[in-house]
Amino acid sequence: MNAIEKLQEVVARRHEYAKEWKNRTNGKVIGWFCTYSPVEIMYAAGMLPVRILGSHEVQDVTDRYLFPTLCPFSRDALAQGLKGRYDYLDVLTYARTCVHIQGTFECWRINIPTPFFHYVWFPNHVDSSQAMPCLVAEFVDFIQTLEKATGKSISQGALDRAIDLYNRNRRLMKQIYDLRKGENPPITGAECMEMVVASQLMGVEEHNKLLEELLEELPNRDLGRETGLRLMMIGSEMDDIVFVRMLEELGCTVVIDEHCTGSRYFWDEVLPEENRLAAIAKRYLDRWQCPAVAESFKNRFDRIIKHALDWNVQGALIYQQKFCDPHEFDTPHLQKMFKEHDIPTLTLEFDVTIPFGQFRTRIEAFLEMAGLEVF
Amino acid sequence: MTTKAKYEIRPLDCWQWGKELRMEAYRELTSGHERGKLLVLGCAASPYGLLAGLGDFVFLAGEPYGASVAADPPASIPAMEAYEARGYARDMCGYMRNFLGSMYLDKYYFTGGPFPKFDFIWSIRHCPAGHPKWHHLVSEYQGIPMTYIDDETWLTPDGDPQHRIEYVAGQYLESIEWMEKVTGRTYDDEKAIEAMRNYFHNEALWGEICLLNSAIPAPLDIKSYFALMPIPMLRRHEAVATQFLETLRDELKDRIANHIAAVPNERYRMCMMTPPPWSFLKIFRYLENFGVVFVGTYVYLINSGEVKFLFDEGKVIPAVAPEERPGWPQMKTREDLCRTIARWRAEHPFQSHMETRKKEMVILDKHWNAHGWLLLLNRGCVVMVAPMYDIQRHFQKHGIPVAMFEGNFADCRDMDETGVIDRLEAFLEGQGIQKLPEA
Ligand code: SF4
Ligand code: SF4
Repeated sequence: MNAIEKLQEVVARRHEYAKEWKNRTNGKVIGWFCTYSPVEIMYAAGMLPVRILGSHEVQDVTDRYLFPTLCPFSRDALAQGLKGRYDYLDVLTYARTCVHIQGTFECWRINIPTPFFHYVWFPNHVDSSQAMPCLVAEFVDFIQTLEKATGKSISQGALDRAIDLYNRNRRLMKQIYDLRKGENPPITGAECMEMVVASQLMGVEEHNKLLEELLEELPNRDLGRETGLRLMMIGSEMDDIVFVRMLEELGCTVVIDEHCTGSRYFWDEVLPEENRLAAIAKRYLDRWQCPAVAESFKNRFDRIIKHALDWNVQGALIYQQKFCDPHEFDTPHLQKMFKEHDIPTLTLEFDVTIPFGQFRTRIEAFLEMAGLEVF
Repeated sequence: MTTKAKYEIRPLDCWQWGKELRMEAYRELTSGHERGKLLVLGCAASPYGLLAGLGDFVFLAGEPYGASVAADPPASIPAMEAYEARGYARDMCGYMRNFLGSMYLDKYYFTGGPFPKFDFIWSIRHCPAGHPKWHHLVSEYQGIPMTYIDDETWLTPDGDPQHRIEYVAGQYLESIEWMEKVTGRTYDDEKAIEAMRNYFHNEALWGEICLLNSAIPAPLDIKSYFALMPIPMLRRHEAVATQFLETLRDELKDRIANHIAAVPNERYRMCMMTPPPWSFLKIFRYLENFGVVFVGTYVYLINSGEVKFLFDEGKVIPAVAPEERPGWPQMKTREDLCRTIARWRAEHPFQSHMETRKKEMVILDKHWNAHGWLLLLNRGCVVMVAPMYDIQRHFQKHGIPVAMFEGNFADCRDMDETGVIDRLEAFLEGQGIQKLPEA
C-alpha cells in the first residue's frame, strides 16, 4: 500500500482504527467537535484525538433531537453518536464556536452516555487583549478534566512534544499543498482532503510518517489525468470525499481549499514561548479564522484571495452546509471579492446527502463557462 | 347560547402613558441627533446604561426593531426582499433580515422617513448565530465604527467561570476606551453608574411585573405585555422607566386585588418559551375564544427582566439590584461598574445553561399556575430552536402538556396560519377545551 492508500484506509475504517489504537496502547480516545479544540493538549494527555464527523448516509435518528434547521453536518455528527458508532470515546469535547454544533454537543451530553464531557469556552472576541488569559484559564480547566479521565498528569515535556509533532504535521501538509502549485499537481483535491481528514482521526506521529512517505512518493507520481480547470474550494465543514472525486472527474482539479477539513484547520503553527499554554492559546486566537468566530470578513478574506492567487486558481467553488449561518453571511462577499479578481464562482448548498445529478449539471455548466474564459 | 363573562376586564390606566413612552423611544432615533444625542445600535440584551458615560444617547436594539417590522407584512416583505436581493440567505435570523432590509431600503419603520444613521455600534454578542456579522454589515454599509463584547458566558457545568467574568469585565473596560476614542468624548463614570443603577432596578421591576401574572385571573394579557415591553427593553437605563414600571406594577396589584382580568373567561393558562410569530399575533386573541390566556414568555422574562430562581425551594422571586445583594460591592469606579456588569450577566438567568434553564421553566410553570406551554419551532432563529425537542421531552417528563408548531417568528411568508390554528385547536381539544359559545 502506498501512503495515500494508507491514509484512505484510516478514513474509511476510522472507528476500527480508533478501537485498534485503544487496544494497542491501552490509551484513551477523545472525540472533538470543531477545529478550535486544542489537539496539542489532548495529545499531551496521551490520548487519541478524533474529530467527530458525519457519514453522509440518509438517516432519521436525529429527527427527535435536533430541528432540521440545524446544519446537516451537526445532525449527521449527532446521528453517529446516536447509532453508537462512537461508543469507544472516553471524553467528548467541544470548543465554543458555532451554535449548531454546540447543539449537537449539548444533545450528546444529555442523550449519549460518555464517561467525560468538557466544553472549552473559547473566547470568541479573539482580537481583545482579554481573550488570551481567558483561553489559558480554559485550557487549565480542560487539562484537569483530561487528567481525571486518564489518571495521569500532563507534563511540560509532553506539551512540548505535542507542540512539536503538530507543528511538524502542519509543515508537512503545507509542503504537500505547495506541490499543488505546479502545473500538474501530483495529488488530487480528493486525496488531499483524505490526507487532512486522516490527520483529524489518527495519531499525529503515525500521520507524520505517512506524510513523509507521501512526500517521497509524490515527486515521481504521474496522475495520468488532465489537470483541467484549477479550482479552489471554500466553505463550511466538508468531508464528502465522494463528492470531491465526482467533481474532479468532470474536468477540474481542486488545487487549494479553505475549509475546516483543509487548510483552515492546519495552516497556523504554535510559536514557541515560555508559557506553553499561552503559546497554544495564541495559535488558536490568531489562526485562520472560521466565520463562526471572526466578526469581520478581513482575516479570512485576505488569506483566501492570497491563496487563490498563489495557487493560480481559475475558478472557485463556494459551498456551504444548508442553514450554516456563519458561512451564509460571507457568501455574497466572497462572490464579490472573486469577481473583482476575475475569478468565476459557483455556489452550492450541501445537505447530508448530495443531489449528485443536479450538482453534476451545474458543475459541468460552470466548468464550461469558466473554461471559456481561461483556455 | 352565549357565555357570561367570568371576570371583569378593563383597559390599563397607564396604557396611554406606556404608548407615548414607547413611541418617544422610537422617535428619538430620528430627532435625537439634533439635540446632541448619540445614536447607538446594539443587541437588546446589552447593558446599554454604560453608554450614559458619554452623555445623552439613544439606543436602538436591532431585535425589537426587526420584530416591529415583522409584525407588519406590507413593510416586512419588501424589507426582506431588499435583503435577499443582495444575495443573503432566507434562512438566517428573521429579525436581522427585517432590520437590514429596512436599512437597505432607507426606510425607518416608525416614521417612514430615512433609516437612522448611527454614530457607532456597541453591543454584546449574545447570539453566536448572527450578531457580530449583522452589526458588521451595518458598520460597513453606514461606514461607522463598531465594537462588541463577547459576554455569552453560559455557565456550563465545565470549568470555573471566574476567568470568564474577568474576560467580560475587561472587554467592557476596553470598550469604554474605544468609545472615548471614536466619539472624542470624555467618559463620565458617575453618569454611567447612575444609568446602570436604573437599568438593574428596572430589570428587576420588569421581572416582578411578569411574575405578577401568577394571579388567577391573570391581570395582563400577552398582547399588552408585548406592547409595553419596549419600555423595559429600550429605556431601562432611564428614571422615567422606573416611574412607569412602578405605576404599572401597582396597577397590576390593584387589578389582582379586585379580580380584574386580562381575558374575561380565563380557564386555560398557557406560557410561551420564545417570542411569538410577530405577524400572527391575532392567534392570541383567537385563542381567547377558548378561554385561553397567555400568562408569560420565558424569554422576555429573562431578556428585559430579571428574577431569582430558588431551586431548592422550587420557587421564583423578584430579583434585587446587584449592589443590594449580600457580598456584592458598591459601584464607585468604572472598574467596579464593569466587574459588576460582568458578574451580574454571568449569574443572570439569561445565561443559564440549558440544564438549568429547563429547571427554571418547570418552576415558572408552577409559579404562573400554567396548564400548558406553547413551543414555537422557529425557522428564523437557530439559537432558540436548537434545544426545543429536549425541552419538549423535559416538560413531558414533568407531566406538562406542550403544544408545538413550526413557523417563523419574523417572516410572514413562512407561517402556515391555518395549519397552526388547526394544531392548536386539536391540542386544546385534547385538553378538554372547546371554543366558548359566543360571549
Ligand atoms: S460553521 Fe456551519 S458547518 Fe460548521 S457547525 Fe456551524 S453551521 Fe455547521
Ligand atoms: S438569538 Fe435568534 S432572534 Fe436573536 S439575534 Fe440570534 S438568531 Fe436572531
